[in-house]
Amino acid sequence: MSNSQLTPGIAPGRLPAEAYQRNFSDLDPPLDRHEAHVAADRCYFCHDAPCMTACPTSIDIPLFIRQIATGTPDAAAKTIFSQNILGGMCARVCPTEQLCEEVCVREVAEGKPVEIGRLQRYATDTLMAKGVHPFTRAAPTGKRVAVVGAGPAGLSAAHRLAMLGHEVVIFDARPKPGGLNEFGIASYKTPGDFAQAEVEWLMRIGGITLKTGHALGRDITLEGLRAEHDAVFLGMGLSGVNALRAEGEDRANVHAAVDFIATLRQAPDKSTLPIGRDVVVIGGGMTAVDAAVQSKLLGAENVTIVYRRGQEKMSASTHEQEHATSVGVRILCNAAPVAVHGNGAVREVEFAYTEDTPSGLKLGAETFRLKADQLFKAIGQTLAGQPEALELAGGKIAVTGAGRTSLDGVWAGGDCASGGEDLTVTAVAEGRDAAMDIHARLAQPS
Amino acid sequence: MANLASDFIGIKSPNPFWLASAPPTDKEYNVRRAYEAGWGGVVWKTLGSEGPPVVNVNGPRYGAIWGADRRLLGLNNIELITDRPLEINLREIKSVKRDYRDRALVISLMVPCDEESWKDILHRIEDTEADGVELNFGCPHGMAERGMGSAVGQVPEYIEMVTRWVKQHSRMPCIVKLTPNISDIRKPAEAAKRGGADAVSLINTINSITSVNLDSFSPEPMIDGKGTHGGYCGPAVKPIALNMVAEIARSMETRGLPISGIGGVTTWRDAAEFMMLGAGNVQVCTAAMTYGFKIVQEMISGLSDYMDQKGFTSTADLVGRAVPNVTDWQYLNLNYVTKARIDQDLCISCGRCFAACEDTSHQAIAMSPERVFTVKDDECVACNLCVNVCPVENCITMTELPKGAVDERTGRVVSDYANWTQHPNNPSVQAAE
Ligand SMILES: Cc1cc2nc3c(=O)[nH]c(=O)nc-3n(C[C@H](O)[C@H](O)[C@H](O)COP(=O)(O)OP(=O)(O)OC[C@H]3O[C@@H](n4cnc5c(N)ncnc54)[C@H](O)[C@@H]3O)c2cc1C
Ligand SMILES: Cc1cc2nc3c(=O)[nH]c(=O)nc-3n(C[C@H](O)[C@H](O)[C@H](O)COP(=O)(O)O)c2cc1C
Ligand code: SF4
Ligand code: SF4
Ligand code: SF4
Repeated sequence: MSNSQLTPGIAPGRLPAEAYQRNFSDLDPPLDRHEAHVAADRCYFCHDAPCMTACPTSIDIPLFIRQIATGTPDAAAKTIFSQNILGGMCARVCPTEQLCEEVCVREVAEGKPVEIGRLQRYATDTLMAKGVHPFTRAAPTGKRVAVVGAGPAGLSAAHRLAMLGHEVVIFDARPKPGGLNEFGIASYKTPGDFAQAEVEWLMRIGGITLKTGHALGRDITLEGLRAEHDAVFLGMGLSGVNALRAEGEDRANVHAAVDFIATLRQAPDKSTLPIGRDVVVIGGGMTAVDAAVQSKLLGAENVTIVYRRGQEKMSASTHEQEHATSVGVRILCNAAPVAVHGNGAVREVEFAYTEDTPSGLKLGAETFRLKADQLFKAIGQTLAGQPEALELAGGKIAVTGAGRTSLDGVWAGGDCASGGEDLTVTAVAEGRDAAMDIHARLAQPS
Repeated sequence: MANLASDFIGIKSPNPFWLASAPPTDKEYNVRRAYEAGWGGVVWKTLGSEGPPVVNVNGPRYGAIWGADRRLLGLNNIELITDRPLEINLREIKSVKRDYRDRALVISLMVPCDEESWKDILHRIEDTEADGVELNFGCPHGMAERGMGSAVGQVPEYIEMVTRWVKQHSRMPCIVKLTPNISDIRKPAEAAKRGGADAVSLINTINSITSVNLDSFSPEPMIDGKGTHGGYCGPAVKPIALNMVAEIARSMETRGLPISGIGGVTTWRDAAEFMMLGAGNVQVCTAAMTYGFKIVQEMISGLSDYMDQKGFTSTADLVGRAVPNVTDWQYLNLNYVTKARIDQDLCISCGRCFAACEDTSHQAIAMSPERVFTVKDDECVACNLCVNVCPVENCITMTELPKGAVDERTGRVVSDYANWTQHPNNPSVQAAE
């Protein structure tokens, strides 16, 4: 193919083959043993460590780092996995600059945190590379639990329940497990089919049956699940997307950013993916950044993120924004789309400047247009296909305590449940905690 | 997970990690929290006789040595034995032991060097239900000037005498804690054994001055313009302690005498090393004082992983495993010939090996104008200095010349084991001929 970044319209293979190889390999390469020891040596082994409080899964960070420092990465991995069975994925995808590393005393004091995420990866990779599953299942309890969704929340709940001796069946609508680990996370954060390898490793605990291609509301019902199981956990994520509400939104080549990313994640050869010469992404979060960065990495010439409020309000961290600008993405703030122009397909997007006032966001009279061969919407995902019977709060399944829904015997966690940030690590924590609550309930005489 | 249960002279504990007699074990509050954190046992902070307790200084008691990133490498202290009333200590010991039957609790003692004093204190501690006593013959400051601590520990006859009194007036297992401030550690150990001690523990702290304040012209820690020598401990003292433990473990006179290893134990690895050299368990002070009680979790997981890897099923499998390999210089194999090898892929061309070898050793490393460093086999005596100064791990290694190969430096063929006692240059060998 002889396409280049300047090829008009939407085209694959804009870059030389090596560029794809480079662009979609590990963003943060793993630490080798020596680097890990030097990094670990910086940890002060703080008392009641702030990093540990900031981790949604409360991993004992000073302990696992000390275990690395003393040459026992396997023990470090066990410390991690006992709190967070997806510690391998979290080490790659956690926005550590907003979590553990943000509050590390060395970040606060020197602006240079202990590299907790990379150390976590060093430990978990070491153990997983040996193909060892570090936990064993308790004696079977005879109780059956249904888990809907094989994303981080569902997997974490399922593993904990199976470990405690319950029989677990996971139902997922998609053909592959992993949830957004498999279909959402930026590919350079988790290259090499890590998500599938991790699920396979996690399932080695035993006692978990995985049923892909089973959608709640299509193939199975909540009532049916409740009738056949002792408890139900819902970890179905957010499968809907918000609409732009801009004129012309239905033109061709206007996509949900999550769909673009899902296709990209599933493509074994990234050079075959067509991408526009001019790409516009609307939104201000992680999804917007990931869509924009990966568009650029696929060879788009101009990629612009347009966010309707000020930059300080973007939910993507400064670290992520810097990553986007470092690969050449332009970030435009205080502008909102008003129309999508074009002949059938999008050609230009028109924006109005905005003003963030106490009474809400106001559109100004002045507008401008950006060329766009593709427009990706990344303005938030919504709950979809949830069972009618459940009470909602703020557009999500209402939960109290450790994920208890309004229906007895039904728990929920992860993105689909109210409360908590929409992060992989939060989903893992909520899945685990709901599992412990389910376990406590199942232990009670009925 | 390996079973770490430990039986030291009949005193059982869930793991071989005990806290040494020192501030961490000074009171009930600490000891309860230490047990909760996972420590297998404690040796209570040294008790003195009935009567007004000793007093400590009211200025700084500690001095330290640090690495560049403030990692604490050595600590020195001028603290004395407990400054809390005996009655309170005894009440607390009893109460703790009642609640933690599975943990070891040993009482450290130091009273004046007369039989009555020892008889009296042993009588007083009887109903605490403690598991044993440790005789503190080690404290190098303050107490020595009162004729106790290392003043006793430096005189083997006194050690033997006091140990005998203790065994006579008490049925408790008795550990004698040794001071390293002596030229031959085997002598006090032998004395303890003669006196009937069930075990020795070592080392107590080493006489030291950590630093001198160049503005006030006084040693640190400085109290009102003056300082005094204190006891050195922490990671820096471990090599000294390891050697002393090994000497006792391999000496004909003291072989088999149980040893509690102390001195710089900071990680599971340190503990394993002490145990390999003959220690039945280890005691820890500075590491806990630096990082808190929680470090025992790393010791537990680390030792357990190591034992699993090696297929050891009990801590007894470790104890003393390296002792047969500790020997005297004269028995080392003089026909074991190695040469330094530089891995050019790892080398970062810093030139440290060259400076060390060229300036201070055997001029056995060549440096090319392109900064390539290579070993000259005909000069290399295999001293290992380059390995030790190279900043890159495993970049320089020592490779053994196989039997039959020619050592280019000496022109001799590498042959079978032969040591100094058999060497022609050894005058006593010639004398025997
Ligand atoms: C593009 C993108 C990038 C992100 N990057 C990061 C990041 O770098 N770091 C980070 O921490 N977080 C990131 N997140 C957020 C993170 O991925 C989510 O918070 C996390 O995956 C939530 O886990 P979950 O298990 O609740 O839901 P999901 O991962 O969404 O999993 C839900 C599962 O349920 C299944 N499902 C849905 N509906 C049904 C149904 N009706 N019946 C059966 N199964 C159903 C789905 O197929 C899916 O497998 C990102 C999100 C997106 C969209
Ligand atoms: C502040 C301090 C006080 C100590 N007090 C005692 C004591 O009362 N009795 C005793 O036997 N040893 C005492 N020691 C010595 C320790 O028990 C231990 O033998 C020594 O510190 C070496 O171990 P470490 O390197 O783990 O610290 C004390 C040590 C320190 C640092
Ligand atoms: S799981 Fe995430 S937040 Fe928690 S310690 Fe690991 S990297 Fe930090
Ligand atoms: S806050 Fe930083 S230095 Fe302190 S324990 Fe956590 S990682 Fe280590
Ligand atoms: S000290 Fe090590 S790294 Fe430096 S030149 Fe010598 S071999 Fe190379």
